[in-house]
Amino acid sequence: MFVTPEGKEIFVLDGHTHFWDGSPENHRNVHGKQFIDCFYGYHMALSPASEQWDKARFEKMTADAYYRDMFADGMVDMAIVQSTALRDFYHKGFNPIERNWELKARHGDRLIINGSFDPREGEKAYEAIHQQIEDYGVKGFKLYTAEWNGDSRGYKVSDEASHRCFELCEKLGVKNFHLHKGPTIIPLSLDAFDVRDVDVAATDFPNLNFVVEHCGLPRLDEFCWIAVQEANVYGGIAVALPFIHSRPRYFGEVMAELLFWLGPDRIFFGSDYAIWTPKWLIEKFMAYEIPEDIAAERGVQLTMEIKEKILGRNAAALYGVDIEAMKARLANDPVAVAVAAE
Amino acid sequence: MTCESAQAPAAGAASPPRRRAAGETVRETEVWRALDAVTDPELDEPLTEMGFIEAVEVDAAGGVTVRFRLPTYWCSPNFAFLMAEGIREAVAGLGWPASIAVRLEDHLCAAEMNAAVDAGRSFAEALAEFGQTEAGGGGAADLAEVREKFERKAFEKRQEAVLLGLRARGFTPADLAAMTLGQLDLAAFDAPEAAKQAPRYRSLLVSRGLARAPGDHAFPDPDGAPLTVEGYAARMSALRAVRINMEFGGALCRGLRENRYREAAAPAKGCGGEPTLADFIEGRVPLPVGAR
Repeated sequence: MFVTPEGKEIFVLDGHTHFWDGSPENHRNVHGKQFIDCFYGYHMALSPASEQWDKARFEKMTADAYYRDMFADGMVDMAIVQSTALRDFYHKGFNPIERNWELKARHGDRLIINGSFDPREGEKAYEAIHQQIEDYGVKGFKLYTAEWNGDSRGYKVSDEASHRCFELCEKLGVKNFHLHKGPTIIPLSLDAFDVRDVDVAATDFPNLNFVVEHCGLPRLDEFCWIAVQEANVYGGIAVALPFIHSRPRYFGEVMAELLFWLGPDRIFFGSDYAIWTPKWLIEKFMAYEIPEDIAAERGVQLTMEIKEKILGRNAAALYGVDIEAMKARLANDPVAVAVAAE
Repeated sequence: MTCESAQAPAAGAASPPRRRAAGETVRETEVWRALDAVTDPELDEPLTEMGFIEAVEVDAAGGVTVRFRLPTYWCSPNFAFLMAEGIREAVAGLGWPASIAVRLEDHLCAAEMNAAVDAGRSFAEALAEFGQTEAGGGGAADLAEVREKFERKAFEKRQEAVLLGLRARGFTPADLAAMTLGQLDLAAFDAPEAAKQAPRYRSLLVSRGLARAPGDHAFPDPDGAPLTVEGYAARMSALRAVRINMEFGGALCRGLRENRYREAAAPAKGCGGEPTLADFIEGRVPLPVGAR
């Protein structure tokens, strides 16, 4: 819970967090190292100096640290943990749902654990969808279209194989899909982070919701263009948000574009923890104003009401979280006690 | 990284002249100046300003070696190849170099590219080879396509800076829609970014054949359609979107580069015998068998 200087309580739902094991013991090959090194590069490049971690702490996340950084220090009320298998890079996967579930056992109400599947695997993907819904009760899936699988270096959510998975999910009542569409790692000719395939999926499945994580950056214009056409496309601001520290004016330009094209109801806060920690992001976001000339150009403002929507209300609506009921339940959750006992 | 170091250069400090290093020869200085004209295609920023050029050496016979390094081991090979080609062309443009060697360091395609240079093959051939072994793609046609795509973006980014600079000087959208190349050549700018971009904009305007004679429109779009008063707001909106996308890459690259150099410069920490990122980047870690 973030409390403003005026005493207003802001419910925070972090829409994009991870619980990974990128430690050397888990590397299947050099790509496992490259991948976590890339994350660490982003962490060091955009975090304020005081929030930078050493490599070992960054490589393998612990449940204690997650709890502290999110709920005790981080002012986060609820968080979505996204699953990513990356089994071609890591022996036990990077942050598969079995690992993420360890957190759920500990922090119950505060967490929404999303599953993952790979449409390229056909029957195995259908099984994975069934299994995660039945065993874990997942309400959403994270799709990583740039993930490697054998000889394949990526897929599109407009593919026939993806289409069939979406049909199955819709039938089983799971509606929320988070797609990583952001900065690339090793792009060659085929760029699997391209955002345009979302347009096709969103049109074909008007009852499903597609949260484009990282707003397609560096293809913000293409993302906005698609989101204007498709009312079921949302933007997660993880990766864009940390620029609030190193390049605040630039962050203002991105926010102005998003508010102008998408409006205030389809933008989601996400820390991308542990690439960045939520505390400083939330504090800076709450204190932030879009520079006057940029705001005037687009005729938008980042008001308190809009900040509240972005930080929690929008994602809560998508996941059917009753904020008032949740606040009442969490009021009894002994965050501070648990931390003091550590 | 320090908080403001990744910001665009402050007013008046568009490009601080590089100090001549101790012992640097006149010819080496000439090479450095020529390299100021080579840009990162994705960012449209000079390699020298991004800090990508590691070293310039000129031997007694007039042979030039340029070493460059990118912010990460995994930066796009396409762009690495385009930059290498740009470096070779810029140095060749000096006329006097007897031979030119371009060396990419600490990058996933460094071996392929440097071998191609040594064998006198084109970068496009090297990329095709790299593409075949690595991802089933790449090659000369793709490279040309990438170059064209990003040159269009560079053109748009430069055009926006010039238009904003002229607006700040009091020109109306109607003035700008009517402006010719001849009039643009006479324009003065207050904004440092506009002053820096004006000659760079003009150079692409001419090289892409979008304006040649003094009476030609100064602000066509990349396909040649002239700017109109009615279309002004839409054009500016489109140009802003291009800049926002390019700046994202630029800011990320500057941050990653600073971080990489900081780690690489630090003595190997050796976390419990584990190699550090610096060790990995420096190639001190043998690759596991079967992993590329």
